[in-house]
Amino acid sequence: MPIQSRQADLRTRLQDLIPKIVLAPSLAVVLIFVYGFIAFTVYLSMTDSKMLPSFDFIGLENFGRLFALPAWNTALVNLVIFATLYIAICTVIGLGLAILLDQKIRGEGVLRPIYLYPMALSFIVTGTAWKWFLDPGLGLENTMHLWGWTSFEFNWIKDRNMAIYTLVLAAVWQTSGFVMAMFLAGLRGIDNEILKAAQIDGASNVALYRRIVIPMLRPAFLSAFVILFHMAIKSYDLVIALTGGGPGRATELPATFMYSYTFTRNSMGIGAASAVIMLMTVAAIMIPYLYSELGAKKE
Amino acid sequence: MRGLNMSTAVVTAAMMLTSGAAIAQEQVEVLHWWTSGGEAAALNVLKEDLQAQGIGWLDMPVAGGGGEGAMTVLRARVTAGSPPTAVQMLGFDILDWAAEGSLGNLDEVAAAEGWDAVVPTALQGFAKYDGHWVSAPVNVHSTNWVWANKAILDELGLAQPTTWDEFVAAMQAAKDAGYVGLAHGGQPWQEATMFDSVVIGAGGTDLYKRAFMDLDPAALSSPEMVEAFTRMETLRSFVDDNFSGRDWNLASAMVINKEAAFQIMGDWAKGEFLNAGKVPGTDFLCFRVPGSEGTVTFNADQFAMFNVNEGFRPAQQKMASAIMSPSFQIAFNKVKGSVPARTDVSGDELDACGQQGMAELAAAAEAGTLLGSAAQGHAHPAAVKNAIYDVVTAHFNGEYDAATAAQELAAAVAAAQ
Repeated sequence: MPIQSRQADLRTRLQDLIPKIVLAPSLAVVLIFVYGFIAFTVYLSMTDSKMLPSFDFIGLENFGRLFALPAWNTALVNLVIFATLYIAICTVIGLGLAILLDQKIRGEGVLRPIYLYPMALSFIVTGTAWKWFLDPGLGLENTMHLWGWTSFEFNWIKDRNMAIYTLVLAAVWQTSGFVMAMFLAGLRGIDNEILKAAQIDGASNVALYRRIVIPMLRPAFLSAFVILFHMAIKSYDLVIALTGGGPGRATELPATFMYSYTFTRNSMGIGAASAVIMLMTVAAIMIPYLYSELGAKKE
Repeated sequence: MRGLNMSTAVVTAAMMLTSGAAIAQEQVEVLHWWTSGGEAAALNVLKEDLQAQGIGWLDMPVAGGGGEGAMTVLRARVTAGSPPTAVQMLGFDILDWAAEGSLGNLDEVAAAEGWDAVVPTALQGFAKYDGHWVSAPVNVHSTNWVWANKAILDELGLAQPTTWDEFVAAMQAAKDAGYVGLAHGGQPWQEATMFDSVVIGAGGTDLYKRAFMDLDPAALSSPEMVEAFTRMETLRSFVDDNFSGRDWNLASAMVINKEAAFQIMGDWAKGEFLNAGKVPGTDFLCFRVPGSEGTVTFNADQFAMFNVNEGFRPAQQKMASAIMSPSFQIAFNKVKGSVPARTDVSGDELDACGQQGMAELAAAAEAGTLLGSAAQGHAHPAAVKNAIYDVVTAHFNGEYDAATAAQELAAAVAAAQ
């Protein structure tokens, strides 16, 4: 009897321990390589690091210099334009496509992957393809001229005031299919009985979507927003491939700014400061949003 | 922090063990970004030379034109305590690394072979730190060249322009005849490369030195600088509308293919012409940017020698000596399009443009008008260089007028220091 109970004791203890043992390495890795390096970056942003990390503390001076740089202000304005349009347009197109695909149409199995496939490409491929397509000498404008429509003009990518919108165009093309898939999954999860009951009550199709379906998609909106927002703020490869930050420096975003100041301009302190600002921007928007959304569910 | 130091120590110890094993066979580890066809072929000359001496070559190529990728790799290697033997490097980067105390010492081999006497003084400024040789220069590129399509000039009855006004008139004539006046790629460094020559044209070497080397705010916002920006606007008016983002070699191709009359670019552009089967003097012309004759703005590729373990040092010294040998300098530069970094070698094997370049380089070194190219990081540190890029490129793309650009230039340079 005592042996058996001791064995049982060992087993329960093991059962308690195993999940912790299995999770410990990944927890350690995350602690060091995510939170450890966040802390390191925050520290670097308060040092006079130039080419290599240095540990001479200079306080918040780098932040002052950062906000005095016109290039940083351009990058911030660009981010606001890019993120707002990208998130809004992707959500509208994604939701629209999902609702249209949800009408029990024939060939849905063929149409869905067609919209979803751009997501399978990397941003580098998307950027390069759109760069050629938008180039007035190679792409759309040239083709229209060859077809005889010589007054056709579409040179946004070469225009420093419009180039930021070509980034939105390419990014929306890439991601809206993915947003559609998320909304479609959400739509499929809605109980048909509710919709039938509403129809019996005489709700029109528009009212059905506006009053019942879209409010019930709230979790899908949350996931879409979270994913799109972080993609917008870390956009780097698309800019590099599509415009290279040009014309001039007209399409620099905070991520490209951070890379160039940290690694090519030997101003690691200012680069780290810009990274900290990016982190704080994400945190300032995401934490309250996640808190309210996830907290609301618990109640 | 202590944990991190411990692990660095362990890694370093492991490195020392492996390097102990490597002493048996001498070898050099070389970090570079010469990966394109011609460049790789040129580097192969050095590799074979060393292999003949029984020194192994551990190649570490990191592709990417200006070496950004390579420099990022280098930072990681140095921080981890295991720098490569030699690293391809440009201008102020070498001095920055020397200031960090990361570079080795080549004084012995330099003294034995008399480098001080044969390398131009301006170039020594980037190969020596604190009076000690730290790197071996491979070549000298000069950047204030114009490349012209001779067929277009002949067709329009134009002579080779010798003054700025003639140059502008020639571009206008080409534009009127339906050609692109000036082939240009809209990337910040290309605009800055033109700006170097234009500043010398507008304000002479005096303005260039005060503005780009002394970083004097008065010179940076002077009326001559405004004139330089005005000349950039003139150049902009001869560039086609589709220029932004274009690579420099595509701009060269426009001159080669008789679409454009001129290109202002360093002598690496010559390789594009030669590869296309064009002959200097008959198919294309090379001459200094009008207004900047007598001055040579240069940039030099060098191999900076890092502070490596004792076991690697003999191989490192042999490599430095091989780089500076006259036979390698000629063989390499024939392929690369640049001119040798020592002035005592015969240029007979080079083409017409190469010989002209060598002669002008020697003359400029003599006259004290051999100046480091600001656009190529040979006049001031990277932070200042990029600050100047920002203003020049913003102005070229129409963001500022000339007067505002000069003010912005002074402000940006002050902020970057």
